[in-house]
Amino acid sequence: MHSQKLGWLLLSPTIVILGLFGIFPFIYVLWVSFHSWNPFAANPGMIFNWAENYRRLVFDPQFLASLGITLTFVFFAVVSELVLGYILAQALLKDFPGKAVFRTIHTLPLIMAPIIVGSVWKLMTTPSIGIIPYLLRSWFGYDLNIGQSAVAAFTVTVIMDIWHWTPLVTLSLIAALVSLPSDPFEQAQIDGAGKSQIFWHITLPLIRPAMLATVFIRLMDALRTVDEVLMLTGGGPGSSTRYIGVHIFKEVFPKTNYGYGSAISVIVLYLTIVVCWLLYVGLIAPRVKRG
Amino acid sequence: MKTRFPWLPVVLWTLISLATLFPIYWLFVISVKQPFDLFSTPDVILRSFFWKNYQDVLTNPTLRGYMLNSMIISSGNALLVTTLGFLACYALTRFDLAGKESIFFWTITNRMAPPAVFLLPLFLLLTQVYRIGDFSLADSKLGMILVYCSFNLPFAIWTLRPTVEGIPKELDEAAYMDGASPWTVLYDIIFPLARPGLAVTLILTWVFAWNEYLLAATLTNFHARTLTTGLSEYVTTTGTAWGIMAAISMLTLVPALIVFSVVQRHIVAGLTFGAVKG
Repeated sequence: MHSQKLGWLLLSPTIVILGLFGIFPFIYVLWVSFHSWNPFAANPGMIFNWAENYRRLVFDPQFLASLGITLTFVFFAVVSELVLGYILAQALLKDFPGKAVFRTIHTLPLIMAPIIVGSVWKLMTTPSIGIIPYLLRSWFGYDLNIGQSAVAAFTVTVIMDIWHWTPLVTLSLIAALVSLPSDPFEQAQIDGAGKSQIFWHITLPLIRPAMLATVFIRLMDALRTVDEVLMLTGGGPGSSTRYIGVHIFKEVFPKTNYGYGSAISVIVLYLTIVVCWLLYVGLIAPRVKRG
Repeated sequence: MKTRFPWLPVVLWTLISLATLFPIYWLFVISVKQPFDLFSTPDVILRSFFWKNYQDVLTNPTLRGYMLNSMIISSGNALLVTTLGFLACYALTRFDLAGKESIFFWTITNRMAPPAVFLLPLFLLLTQVYRIGDFSLADSKLGMILVYCSFNLPFAIWTLRPTVEGIPKELDEAAYMDGASPWTVLYDIIFPLARPGLAVTLILTWVFAWNEYLLAATLTNFHARTLTTGLSEYVTTTGTAWGIMAAISMLTLVPALIVFSVVQRHIVAGLTFGAVKG
């Protein structure tokens, strides 16, 4: 009575749409990436040029610089979010007055559009209208100018990312911590283990799978950060916050260099997959297998 | 366990909440400031309300058009992905299809790629390939509704699958005994029971589509531009109209906030992509 035909019929719209807007773009971009194609150049046709685009890419200092600062950004942001998120998750396990309200407020940034987050932080940090540069100047005499200082712009993007995404880490770690068995902790306390010993030898190994899943999600999302940064700094000053997504956005369209732009897209996709796959194989899969 | 300072967490969390809320409060402050007040000494306390920015945004025909586009695109997309995701989950959980686990996994992978990577191919496909005569998907609302499926449809399938799977199969069997068709089972048995899950999926996919910026900014020029792209226009073209920009941001934020308060509890599972459950 369960005809296979009907099952496929029900699935077909999903497969067609994801094919047209997921798989086909990928094949198309792969194909274009082996051509030289700039519709507004002297020679607007598509010319097959083997792996010339990729050869150029490997030696492109702008691309490599963008890749480098992306990884630095991801490292600082994700590590801070993990530490902070863990501390806040632990703090939320205890009962105290108003906990539900505080937890709700803490979750608030999650639902905000990245572009709005970018505009909020722009309004706070732009000298002349922002409150943060004003306070820093009057309290510490420090001149914060994200339009001029590369370090300041980078730091503000990291802080913005922490503000936006720490709640996600907190919530996932709460879910993990709540489901932990209590026996090992009681046993450890009876044996007279210290707080740090309990953390390193019991809590951390037990929540490791959840922790890694969280790192995985944050890493993937941080690698593709575009909207916030585009809004806040536009990739500047210079190219100090030109993270890889911003780089693609700025490189591909104004220059209409479609062949080369496609090659960048393919490489970035490839690198994302490799990073995620390495993380999965190296950290998550062995754990799953063992238990 | 008794703590020695019962008020300490309250104090600390009040500070954390202030840090979380302050940026949003500052957005509001800027949005209700008089233009000449903007560049005077920044002040945390609100002394007057100046609603003209909101008036300007709400009466500006271009921005109203963007708002309408945003509404149409996110509602159309949320309805489409929830319906298709529901049908797909029904097929994946109730039918014996060859390789259905691989199909399920494949749908999920569609969401993992960085969207920036797909800007160029989607732009080229929409403008050059996906067209029939004069009809083109480029810069159309229908085009954006379909493009947003690439990240929302995997999400809908991912969140709906446990819901549909959790509905006891005995109910289907009983209905089939009474001579029901698969469509009646879907409509009369599964749909009513899956309704809470469908509502959450609908709302979350709506928010994701409403919040999207990058694809909308690249794939539309006029007919299908959304509110989020309007925001960036005010930063670049007019030498940054701060008050207007803040007012648009607030207006974009409000629907998401309302939705947030409704489905707050369910949001975590959605945003973490179900990964925490394991």
